[in-house]
Amino acid sequence: MSSLPPLPPHAASHDAIVVGGSSGAIDALIQLLPALPPTLCAAVLIVLHLPRDRRSLLADIFRQRCALPVQEAQDKEAITPGTVYFAPPDYHLLVDQGPHIALSIDKPVHYSRPSIDVLFESAADQYGERLVGILLSGANEDGAHGLQAIRAAGGLTMVQDPASASMPAMPLAALARDAGHHVLTPAAMADWLAQWPERQTPGVSA
Amino acid sequence: MFQPKKARTADIEQRLLIDAIYHRYHYDFRGYAQASLKRRLGSAMLHFGCKTLSQLQDRVLHDPVVFPALLQYLTVQVSEMFRDPSYYQSLRAEVVPLLRTYPSLKVWVAGCSAGEEVYSLAILLKEEGLLDRTLIYATDINHQALRAAESGVFDVDRIASFTENHARSGARSSLSDYYTARYGRVVFDKSLRDHMVFSDHSLATDSVFAEMHLVSCRNVLIYFERDLQNRALGLFRDSLCHRGFLGLGSKESLRFSGHADAFDDFVPEDRIYRKKAGL
Repeated sequence: MSSLPPLPPHAASHDAIVVGGSSGAIDALIQLLPALPPTLCAAVLIVLHLPRDRRSLLADIFRQRCALPVQEAQDKEAITPGTVYFAPPDYHLLVDQGPHIALSIDKPVHYSRPSIDVLFESAADQYGERLVGILLSGANEDGAHGLQAIRAAGGLTMVQDPASASMPAMPLAALARDAGHHVLTPAAMADWLAQWPERQTPGVSA
Repeated sequence: MFQPKKARTADIEQRLLIDAIYHRYHYDFRGYAQASLKRRLGSAMLHFGCKTLSQLQDRVLHDPVVFPALLQYLTVQVSEMFRDPSYYQSLRAEVVPLLRTYPSLKVWVAGCSAGEEVYSLAILLKEEGLLDRTLIYATDINHQALRAAESGVFDVDRIASFTENHARSGARSSLSDYYTARYGRVVFDKSLRDHMVFSDHSLATDSVFAEMHLVSCRNVLIYFERDLQNRALGLFRDSLCHRGFLGLGSKESLRFSGHADAFDDFVPEDRIYRKKAGL
């Protein structure tokens, strides 16, 4: 892609990474999640659109491929840096004050529960500019509004290069709403994530 | 390190609105999880054409028709009959045999919303031959949802998923045995409703009202902060009979609550607990 804004250098000032995707996104996650360094000091929260009526195997699948602990998000659980959380099927995943996990069975958004917008907007609200949002392959418009909310709050946003996505509609919807997101292939995202620095001593002010 | 930001205007407004609702209408949302509440209030602001929560607060305090409409945004959950069929399978297989030993039964569906779970339990109990000796108390803070639940009327386009869930719950009959369809709606049989009592009850402000054999409260506690969860679980503990049963939603657990010691795991994978002896 041409005329992309340059990615900022790795900022240890990010507390969380939120990731959303639908069909085709697992292929991208297989590149992204194993790239996360074991010293990652941000929490990772993921919404994938999944069949609602069966147990999700995502946490089990990625646990074996990741240096970080991977689990299905549990309601009221404190969000721990260096942990990967997947939204459970048929529940929205939100970030609440704490920050901690909040689940809900409010109505679907874009026919989706969990919805990417719901995670992204609530995370933007709690983390503000200390958040990275990543939107992957998918066939609907979920996530476009949420990614815009992250950018409006000062966070860093990335969209999977539509040419690299098996379902480009979701990245394209996000870019149609806000052309300012960084556009990257999953491989480029993985390279960026792999170089995430270790956390500075807590409490040191910037 | 995550550092809480200074109180932001929208957070201040949300707290003030929730306080105003409590003082003016005695509906207590102060212990509710903030993130979900904020989303719902966002939808309500769009509906009422308010740019800020302060504007909405002005309308709520001064226009008596606004609050009942706002309450629909704050409370209605989206459930379906026999949601999580394995929960109902476990009730049938593990709990019903013990319920059979009682001459009469009381069941409490707390936070029943529009009644999907109430009808599911009534049908299950009927299939198991227990409904005739059972009274189901169905409570919620939302009067309009209670009226809808009491009517037993649901949109016909929801019936396909209800039927599929019912079949997967270990059904001993056809769901269509229990309703009549007309004009795009279905109405469930009065023979089910005859065993239900619908009542206003707040888990935030009200107390225990009867002794129960089974309390089912699913996907309600996720909307509460920890203190309010503990209050609600305390009510359930106090209202359950000796060795009574408590069913929670599949993502809700007693593990982090102040009442974990009062219950034994009964069917852990379906979040069915049993009150300990001697309490």
